[in-house]
Amino acid sequence: MTYLSKTMILCAGLALAACAGPDRFGGPGAGGGALGGADASAAATRDPASPLYFEEAVGDRVFFAVDQSSLSPEAKATLDAQAEWLMTNSDYDAVIEGHADEQGTREYNLALGARRANAVQEYLQSRGVAGSRLKVVSYGKERPVEICSNESCYAKNRRAVTVISAGPMS
Amino acid sequence: MMRYLLTLFAVLACWALPVAAQDDDGPLRIEITEGVIEPLPVAVPDFVAESADGAEMGRKIAEVIAADLSGTGLFRTISEEAFISQITSFASPVQFSDWKAINAQALVTGAVSVDDTGKLVVRFRLFDVFAGEELGKGLQLVGTQAGWRRIAHKVADQVYSRITGEDPYFDSRVVFVAETGPKDKRRKRLAVMDYDGANVQYLTDGTDIVLAPRFSPGGERVLYTSYETGFPRIYVMDVGSVQRRVLESQEGTMSFAPRFGPDGRTVVYSLARGGNTDIYRMDIETGATTRLTSAPSIETAPSFSPDGGRLVFESDRSGSPQLYVMPARGGEAERISFGQGRYGTPVWSPRGDLIAFTKQSKGRFHIGVMRTDGSEERLLTASFLDEGPTWSPNGRVIMFTRETQGAQGQAGLYTVDITGRNLRQVPTDTGASDPSWSPLLD
Repeated sequence: MTYLSKTMILCAGLALAACAGPDRFGGPGAGGGALGGADASAAATRDPASPLYFEEAVGDRVFFAVDQSSLSPEAKATLDAQAEWLMTNSDYDAVIEGHADEQGTREYNLALGARRANAVQEYLQSRGVAGSRLKVVSYGKERPVEICSNESCYAKNRRAVTVISAGPMS
Repeated sequence: MMRYLLTLFAVLACWALPVAAQDDDGPLRIEITEGVIEPLPVAVPDFVAESADGAEMGRKIAEVIAADLSGTGLFRTISEEAFISQITSFASPVQFSDWKAINAQALVTGAVSVDDTGKLVVRFRLFDVFAGEELGKGLQLVGTQAGWRRIAHKVADQVYSRITGEDPYFDSRVVFVAETGPKDKRRKRLAVMDYDGANVQYLTDGTDIVLAPRFSPGGERVLYTSYETGFPRIYVMDVGSVQRRVLESQEGTMSFAPRFGPDGRTVVYSLARGGNTDIYRMDIETGATTRLTSAPSIETAPSFSPDGGRLVFESDRSGSPQLYVMPARGGEAERISFGQGRYGTPVWSPRGDLIAFTKQSKGRFHIGVMRTDGSEERLLTASFLDEGPTWSPNGRVIMFTRETQGAQGQAGLYTVDITGRNLRQVPTDTGASDPSWSPLLD
């Protein structure tokens, strides 16, 4: 799913880049994608309807305190912006990934990640995003973004990430 | 912390002459209890080759037997250089004085041959050197040549059982997760191996995250969690054919932490729906499910008592994760853990007397055991991250995951005796986590 989502984002980026320079990005080869990455990224970030804009400008993730799944005011502000983007860009769906830091057993962290993802899902729904557009998945402690073993990393790993995916109509 | 007594019992072995019952020359015996004394010295000379191609096999079999025995911490094998006698014929009488002189209290002798059909034939005898007699009857084991390690483990199992009076555990396998790659891009594959790390076979290709495999009571199937649909779901796989099927695939749910009941068809697991995780029970023949808990808290990591009557599980209904016991068909749960810290992954001992668990306290992780009512808690290990205990088939040894700290952190498998002694790493070629020990093989 993560891989698929990333592929989607990359494709979206390529598609935008292709509009700017169709000859350069005509082929679907991986090499072309890598070459176009920077340009595509810049172009996508400027397009407020792009998933990359969502990821980088809106903010695709919120963070949690140790063992908690409650949303901080800062997290709510991010989710308000996410909800607005999702309402505007109704062609897209989202998968909310819940994650935990490495302190804790595998099973408990899976359940904790589920709680975190669900907290985000419920908040986005309360802000008007249709529940049918949101799926949740927990990765527990399986997919850290930061790999050190202290609080500076743990704080970034205790997260819920809203990953934009193509909606059923697109 | 542990003591074991070498006591000479006045017990008449079945083949012994009916001499005086008070004779001190009774069988050799280790009693495994708390405390420490010296490991029992044992000599395992190379098994005698009785056919042309048996010499290397005779040496390798003796090595595996010696490794099994010394790996328990209860035995110390005497090196070959110290031997005065050489065993050159399986049938010749043992020169007990030569083995006494090097203080070998037990002696294992054996012979290896390959029969007309290409089968490996291994015979062995166990001697109580100081009593000057055989301990138990000599045995002959026949198997494939490729299966030589299993035959060696079976011999070691016999030696272990005859001297300790305990059920054995060497002829067993472990299913686990083989890990490669950095911490943030870790590739995880299901794998099975012999209990000592030999004969690794991979069951999945590493495309999808897999977690926490668990053997069926017969050891022929495993339950595990896979992300192959993008969401964690529980699967059952036949180890021989590697055929698998998903067990739980309700839209909008995630399932994990599966474990077999002793009947091999009942499975308990966790299902997360709407952010809430509860415990369910499934008959995997019919697919019928029953919800066993319905609290807003997290309920996970269920494990059956060996009689199938009760479940121990983890719940944070009190505010932090603690251990609870309830009837296996649901009902009132009783909290059994009350110490400082967080408790998880409880696993009922195959003997039924103890529950092993993971405990997190003051920034450290421990593997511990307690009685099934929560009393007599003892912590066996301590490290940055220890988790996920599994029991040896005889309930004497616990294997678990230990992960090292930091960006280069790696997971490995370790064993520890239930007395807390004899911590050892199980050799694996890759990182390894989430072990589940099979029953003793047939």
